[in-house]
Amino acid sequence: MSDVITRFGSLDDYEKGGVEIINDDPRNYVFSNVFEVAKTNAPYARVAVGINFEYVIEAARAEGTSPWYTCAHDEFVLCMDGDVEVHLVKLARPDDHVDPEHEGAVQLADAMPEGRKMGRLVLGRGHQGLLPVGAAYRFHAEKPAVILVQTILGDVTVQKWAEICQTTA
Amino acid sequence: MAMSLSLDAQAAPTTSTASTDTETLEISNQTGFRAFRAGGFHFKRDEYFAHLSWPGGTHIIPIDVFLRAMMRDVAWGFFYGVVNFDAVFGTINHYGEVTMFAGRFNDAYRSAGRDYSERFQSAALMATFKELLSDWTVAGYDPFAAPMETGVPWGVKQGANDAAITRQRVTAHRMVGLLGDTPLRTDTAGFPVNRQFADVPQDQPVVEAEPGFEHEVSAYNLFGYLSRSDVTWNPSVCSVVGDSLFCPTSEEFILPVEHGNDRCEWFLQLSDEITWDVKDKETGKPRARVLARAGDICCMPADIRHQGYSTKRSMLLVWENGAAKIPQMIAEGTAPVTPVQF
Ligand SMILES: [Fe+2]
Repeated sequence: MSDVITRFGSLDDYEKGGVEIINDDPRNYVFSNVFEVAKTNAPYARVAVGINFEYVIEAARAEGTSPWYTCAHDEFVLCMDGDVEVHLVKLARPDDHVDPEHEGAVQLADAMPEGRKMGRLVLGRGHQGLLPVGAAYRFHAEKPAVILVQTILGDVTVQKWAEICQTTA
Repeated sequence: MAMSLSLDAQAAPTTSTASTDTETLEISNQTGFRAFRAGGFHFKRDEYFAHLSWPGGTHIIPIDVFLRAMMRDVAWGFFYGVVNFDAVFGTINHYGEVTMFAGRFNDAYRSAGRDYSERFQSAALMATFKELLSDWTVAGYDPFAAPMETGVPWGVKQGANDAAITRQRVTAHRMVGLLGDTPLRTDTAGFPVNRQFADVPQDQPVVEAEPGFEHEVSAYNLFGYLSRSDVTWNPSVCSVVGDSLFCPTSEEFILPVEHGNDRCEWFLQLSDEITWDVKDKETGKPRARVLARAGDICCMPADIRHQGYSTKRSMLLVWENGAAKIPQMIAEGTAPVTPVQF
């Protein structure tokens, strides 16, 4: 057997690196750590940790049950720590919830949106799942977990770069 | 939503006046390797080195460094922006056309007016690069592999290894594992778990799809998928939101090029750690070193070049924006250098 140890991070065990400046501004590197961001923000606060034009990567702590969300385009969720359930419902009338041209996820007011049950994912660490266009989805985690969402900047995206990123050399 | 820029199939516009002047030259009696010419650039290899020359200059690159860099430049279709093989030689992608240069991003060459560039139609230069790579890669050497996992590139011409250098780049259209999309990696498909990821769990997520939703209720083990990558420093697209491309890759030893991206590029370290040397894109002067550990995420600005080092094989998620509007913005100087101000 190999004695190799692959180091993944977790909420309870992550070790941050950093930017060592020679001649630059550390802000240019927008350096943060997804476990730290998940740990220090409210459950299901979808905090942007990466942005590239309109596109973002959101980091969140999954803990308990999230609100329902939907989106007019595909999104993807990547579990970075713990176990996360994803419940999917095919919305009967998706356009009633989100304009087809709208970018980013929107939070639904409904406790249970109207539509057909699509199914369920249970993601462990390193598992990536599709949050398909036209579906409503919610997350559930018995114990605190960490998720990343590949999406577009939208209503639910929180931006707080100065708080999460390295600003001094 | 705009279609993503495909790096693999970019034809020059029919009005292109860029050069197609390339030539396969004679086989050396001493070494058995062919020589090649593209415009004014000449390429020769011997037992240890690639010898480059152009009007007004010559240059030598160790053959292992040269082949690893050439492998990436070919596999990535000249990639985004600048691919520096070393401090002197490289290519600039104009997406349909490509500039080959010597000293263009080297302060001393530039200041002395000694730098030299020629612009080619991408297809013409790519054909020559592929032929060169095939001729110069000897049996047993895989320029995609980590140095401890392959043979040596040294010596005179002895066989070839086309299977290693013609691997298809993986580009999922929606997500790995979906019906009709990029398949999962398995033992039977020829992708055993890499020795450096022997401890990575191979479990798959629970996927319960109601009838009719089997193709939309989908998930897979990305970390398991990456643990089975047989190549290093070769980002492959795993999930796609419009032009937002998740391009994870497994990294060991040194990124074989100094990448001078023409746009912001993000790195999310999924496992272990990588140290990045960051230098000014134009001059090559050092600007920063970035230590990224598991969970760290950072952006490489658009005015730098970067090269990474990974002792333990690590998993890195490279995040690119493939929007077709960006090359135009770059040409007009309106593409942002950093992705966000705060
Ligand atoms: Fe890069």
